Amino acid sequence: MPFYVSPEQQMKDKADYARKGISRGRSVVVLQYDDGILFVADNPSRALHKISEIYDRIAFAAVGKYNEFENLRLGGVRYADINGYQYDRRDVTARGLANVYAQSLGTIFTETNKPYEVELVVAEVGADADTDQIYRLTFDGSVADEHGYVAMGGQADAVAQALKDGYEEGASLAGALRVAVRALEAQDSERRLEAKSLEVAVLDRNREHRLFRRLTARRIEELLGEEDSSAASDAGSDATPDSPSKPDED
Amino acid sequence: MSAPVGLRESGAMTEEGSRVAAHDSQTGRLPGLFSSPGTSSFTEFLGAYSPETLPGRGALPASSPGDDIPHGTTIVAVGFPGGVVMAGDRRATAGNVIAQRDIEKVFRADEFSAIAIAGTAGIGIEMVRLFQVELEHYEKREGRTLSVEGKANRLATMVRQNLGMAMQGLAVVPLFAGYDEERDTGRIFSYDPAGGRYEERDFYSIGSGSVFARGSLKKLYRSDLSVDDAALVCVQALYDAADDDSATGGPDLARGIFPVVAAVTSDGYRRLADDEVGAVARSVVEERYDSPGGPTAPLR
Repeated sequence: MPFYVSPEQQMKDKADYARKGISRGRSVVVLQYDDGILFVADNPSRALHKISEIYDRIAFAAVGKYNEFENLRLGGVRYADINGYQYDRRDVTARGLANVYAQSLGTIFTETNKPYEVELVVAEVGADADTDQIYRLTFDGSVADEHGYVAMGGQADAVAQALKDGYEEGASLAGALRVAVRALEAQDSERRLEAKSLEVAVLDRNREHRLFRRLTARRIEELLGEEDSSAASDAGSDATPDSPSKPDED
Repeated sequence: MSAPVGLRESGAMTEEGSRVAAHDSQTGRLPGLFSSPGTSSFTEFLGAYSPETLPGRGALPASSPGDDIPHGTTIVAVGFPGGVVMAGDRRATAGNVIAQRDIEKVFRADEFSAIAIAGTAGIGIEMVRLFQVELEHYEKREGRTLSVEGKANRLATMVRQNLGMAMQGLAVVPLFAGYDEERDTGRIFSYDPAGGRYEERDFYSIGSGSVFARGSLKKLYRSDLSVDDAALVCVQALYDAADDDSATGGPDLARGIFPVVAAVTSDGYRRLADDEVGAVARSVVEERYDSPGGPTAPLR
């Protein structure tokens, strides 16, 4: 015999369930730097990505249950490509994508028994830092318009606090990466992250056509080493991304 | 959970002007089709979502439109150690009229391949657009690029789908060239209107002036060309095509309209800048004042 459960209780149970699922995973941070937007995930897997390209200027980062956010990612790629094909490449925007994600997540949250245990960032790099857009979406379909930096996943509060302490506007890529790695290490007092256990990608506004690129472990090491050896004159030293022609080497 | 920094809204953002073709008009969420695991082929997805927008799927014209529709003409491709160069003239003709004197028929297909079209320009350009999205879509979904053969086969399917139109006189035939990372060479694929796919050796040409271009390529090609020399061979061959075929345009020095020349190597796709090609084209025209037939090959 079914018991009566009040709608408030039902929603609260679902939200608790989703939060619990998300907090079990490792964190992802997204932050702006002088040439674009940097995505860093504590993710040793080379096959299962938490950070992905959606379109020319748009990327996606997620935490939570892999099959659920992968499903959203694939849908997003279809959404972006079909809009770009039927209208024009410029007509694909992070705002439009965040909107359909919000609707999808909201409907799933209210209409199904099991909500998605995911949290997403959809980011679009603009011509300058002021026109960058970062949208954070939660399991219930809420959208938050973020500036500067975002932390999601397990221990997000500790990571966000570390980001808040270390984040500077207009930092170089190496500087921003160091802040991001420090922040991810704040998940756990004994956590030390190496290049191999990081998934790092950028939306670099100085590139052409498709601005998303992944950084190889070697490049990550270089960038982290750069900052360690000296804090001095790191200005143009990270201006050349590794082998600029290859699109997506992972 | 940390509190977001910015404003927080439940549900949709409500700013006007979102141009969304692909969402459910009732709920605003992605239709179920978008989240079905399904295929990584954009063409197949488009065929399920909006079949009438696929090239070659619309109603066939009752009769041939004849010469009224612009046709693109000559394309050449030349392989060289480590890559391939592709070039096309800039003319589109509708019967005896020059429909367009600066049309572009050579395109970047993806980072390591190029595609060019000859035949009905409108259908060809649409096919190229679809092919570009097809390759990028696969790459984003699967996290890897297709093999050169895989790309060539996808293109063959697209050409075959246009067979009905081709029978009504709206044929389009592409030429595909890609850099093969495993072999470190350029590869060239040609097609027939029925979707036949043929790998070509060394060089190839398609379009109305292709017969003359191929004769020229045959005499000028050698196996140790550099990128610059391969580009020069292409421009020479296009000049020879324009010399004998009225539908192929030669270099237009007065207007500064030169062939589109693109190289695909291990560094990726690169379209040569207009002044680079302009310099080559000018020198070719210059030399032809002395020798209208172009460079002469040794007799033995």
